[in-house]
Amino acid sequence: MNSVKMELRKRKIKEFAHQVRVNKMAFVGSLTLGFFILVAIFGPILVPFDVMKFGLATEMLMPPSSQHILGTDDMGRDVLAYLISGARVSLMVGALATLLSMGIGTLIGIVAGYKGKVIDNVLMRITDFFLVIPWLPLMMVLAAILGTSIWNIILVIGITSWAGTARIVRAQTLSVREQQFVERTVSLGAGSIHIMIHHILPNVFPLIFANTVLIAAAAITSETTLSFLGLGDPSHASWGMMLHYAFETGATSAGAYWYFLPPGLCVVAVVLAFTLMGYAFDEILNPKLKER
Amino acid sequence: MKNKDKELLRVEDLRVHFELKGSMTGSLLGKKKKTLKAVDGVSFSLYAGEILALVGESGSGKTTIGKAILHLLDQTKGSIIFQGQEIGTSPQELKAFRRNAQMIFQDPYQSLNPRHYIMDIVAEPLDVNGLVKSTGERTRLVKEALEQAGLSPGEDYFYRYPYQLSGGQRQRVVVASALILDPLFIVADEPVSMLDASIRTGILRLMLKLREDKGLAYLFITHDISLAWLISDRIAILYLGKIMEIGSGDEIVKNGLHPYTKALMAIMPKPGQSRFDERPVLEGETPNAAIDIKGCKFSSRCPIVHQRCREEEPILREISPGHLLACHFV
Amino acid sequence: MKLLEVNHLHTYFKTGRGVLKAVNDVSFSLGQGEALGIVGESGCGKTTAALSICHLLPKEGFIHGGEILLEGRDLVALSQEEIRKHRWKDVSMIFQGAMNAFNPVLTIGKQISEVIVLHEKVSEKEALERTKELLDWVEIPRERHSQYPHEFSGGMKQRAMIAMALACSPKIIIGDEPTTALDVMVQAQILNLLEKLRKATNMGMILITHDLSILGETCDKIGVMYAGKMVEIGSVDNIFKESAHPYTKRLIGCFPDIDGDKVVPKGIDGFPPDLYDPPSGCPFHPRCDYVIDICREEMPSSIEIQGDHKVACHRWEDVAHEK
Repeated sequence: MNSVKMELRKRKIKEFAHQVRVNKMAFVGSLTLGFFILVAIFGPILVPFDVMKFGLATEMLMPPSSQHILGTDDMGRDVLAYLISGARVSLMVGALATLLSMGIGTLIGIVAGYKGKVIDNVLMRITDFFLVIPWLPLMMVLAAILGTSIWNIILVIGITSWAGTARIVRAQTLSVREQQFVERTVSLGAGSIHIMIHHILPNVFPLIFANTVLIAAAAITSETTLSFLGLGDPSHASWGMMLHYAFETGATSAGAYWYFLPPGLCVVAVVLAFTLMGYAFDEILNPKLKER
Repeated sequence: MKNKDKELLRVEDLRVHFELKGSMTGSLLGKKKKTLKAVDGVSFSLYAGEILALVGESGSGKTTIGKAILHLLDQTKGSIIFQGQEIGTSPQELKAFRRNAQMIFQDPYQSLNPRHYIMDIVAEPLDVNGLVKSTGERTRLVKEALEQAGLSPGEDYFYRYPYQLSGGQRQRVVVASALILDPLFIVADEPVSMLDASIRTGILRLMLKLREDKGLAYLFITHDISLAWLISDRIAILYLGKIMEIGSGDEIVKNGLHPYTKALMAIMPKPGQSRFDERPVLEGETPNAAIDIKGCKFSSRCPIVHQRCREEEPILREISPGHLLACHFV
Repeated sequence: MKLLEVNHLHTYFKTGRGVLKAVNDVSFSLGQGEALGIVGESGCGKTTAALSICHLLPKEGFIHGGEILLEGRDLVALSQEEIRKHRWKDVSMIFQGAMNAFNPVLTIGKQISEVIVLHEKVSEKEALERTKELLDWVEIPRERHSQYPHEFSGGMKQRAMIAMALACSPKIIIGDEPTTALDVMVQAQILNLLEKLRKATNMGMILITHDLSILGETCDKIGVMYAGKMVEIGSVDNIFKESAHPYTKRLIGCFPDIDGDKVVPKGIDGFPPDLYDPPSGCPFHPRCDYVIDICREEMPSSIEIQGDHKVACHRWEDVAHEK
């Protein structure tokens, strides 16, 4: 019997993959993203330049050449190598921060929406608080207090971005809660937790999925911003950190475009990829709901 | 089989009142909040293996009674006594009760989670109550339940989604999931009104067969009095939260005495019979249950209303064995 | 000349999955002041047939063939401009679930007046006067024209819908499940009202419903549809007492008769057909008790048994004689 289940799961995934291929936005987005993920995972192995190897003083800020495809930075390091390892950091921070944000947002949204009354009120007031606070100053304050390690960055981004998700999830939960199949489950003697996990969550999932992708885009932008402003983790060089050093060390005014343009473009590309996918998933996942 | 001695469920003076949210200005001005008296003093018994129909129009409280019995709604007053004992409110007691009483809902398109496999939908009562230890046992019970509900072979339906089934099949899935706990009675809320006529009979036959084979009792909620007559042993006629008349199916339909019962029978269409005169309708519509009515609930529309009806509420009293009536003047 | 004659109507839908033959050879007629009931289960095409007559098909729908003669004039052959001019004036419709079709932010009176102003060259004041008259017709107190839909009960809203349908004094009014969502008492009131209006204006009425027992009460003729075909049509007695089609017989049996035996009827096995890929020959053959080889191969054509009683079945004689 379980093989039947697996067969069906495989078929569902195939169908989804087909939809992604057909929808142009999703296609472009997922291809771009796929590319960057591959680079992040395999890049440092393929491009064997040691990021930490400092160059000679004569090799500082050299424009692109056959030896260094994207030139060198202010420390004589190869920009391309730096860029690739930066991909790893930026994407990892983006992913983990997104998971944290979605996790908190979904949990609070579902609990508030389903339980209602006092719990809903309390949770929503907390959400309002986080919704209203300007995220950048908050992030800067938290970064200043907690320190600038990479984990704190992830924490900070996660904490400041879950509120929007919570709101959306709660609204959807309110509507799902009124459906007759939820009433039926209650009549079977199911407890709140069972209902929230097995009935509310699956029906809120498509919404969350589309939202996640957009949150990821925001997370990467946030990390880049924080790093650029000097609040990033110096021991983990992300694209944002590259931009920070480019600015700090005067590479920008020196016209060393090979230093700051690549990381900037990469951030734009990744964020754009996520955004396209977000819009596309909404399209893909919604008609299915209508069918039912 | 019907066993008149075995009283399964007794409802005594059940009242379910909903407080309506007042407006802010209203509360500032000290206006009393209105209450919607959905069920306002209903008493009856359900015997093992019996089918009792609750018949009424919208606003009669029939669905509310069903939900209150299953504790999906809080009762405001009154007792619900199951197998001689009042059902407690502790989670354990409720859980134990719910294994004996299940519900079938009206809309087969809405009462199944569109994202669950049929297997999981039918197994849910088991999962929720922690009743199965192994996957094998779970699968076996689901297969049995599906086949008892007429979906054979059961395995074919395990991994389908609700949208892949027809209305009639979905309703059978609902029945299967109600059967899997082997309950003593089922509250069926308009179980066939959303199905095509030719499909209804299948579900009705299934329900009767289950009564035959397992001694299941039903509380059959419907607005269709001819359907109630067809399938049930007894019929209770409800109006604005009270029972107007209760008796055997034939008694009510062929010898109904309450003015409301008579009105319902007079307008009921009979297949194949032309009607040349105007239907003898009651004036107006069912009044709002939020407005307090003094005396008999039916007084505003009753063709034989007297002054006493507007002051004093009639009590449900037995006028012949098994036939109870709440009216001053019949 | 009959008021309305529908001859061999075929209405199809163009969809992603192919062509759906919603109405696949339907013929019936309606005389002045006559009431025709069309009964069938979900998916049989009755609503589509009604929408075809009113030219209210969705954009995927199109009339593939046949004619719809209103007082001799073929509605199928009309141009778009002519359709727009005649819509609602000759034939109007009360839709299924119409009670929810009112705009919640406009008064009932305004919405009815709107219909009048759109079709006739009258001032708003005159339209309002006419609206009040229409409210009288449907037994709604005049003053309520200035109230909003949420202040009306379900039954009242349905009456308002009827008023709207009568706004341009149509020759035919079509009701698609006009009483389905209403309480039985309100249903009786609405049916009384429709009867009264029909007798007073002598307009033709087509009642579409899945509830056969209502039709027996007030209709002069009843047509039974299955899978887009009119399988039988005749007077109330023809259908209920002298039915010659297996589907009709079984369908009648599904409605409880308190004067008869207290036995749950057999119903009909199987499922409604897939209209994208209907069964060969007679669409009912997979579920029919009387099926023989020819039923699987050849679509039965409509045979006139007697006068207005027509049936489409190869074995109609056997069916008619079996009680």
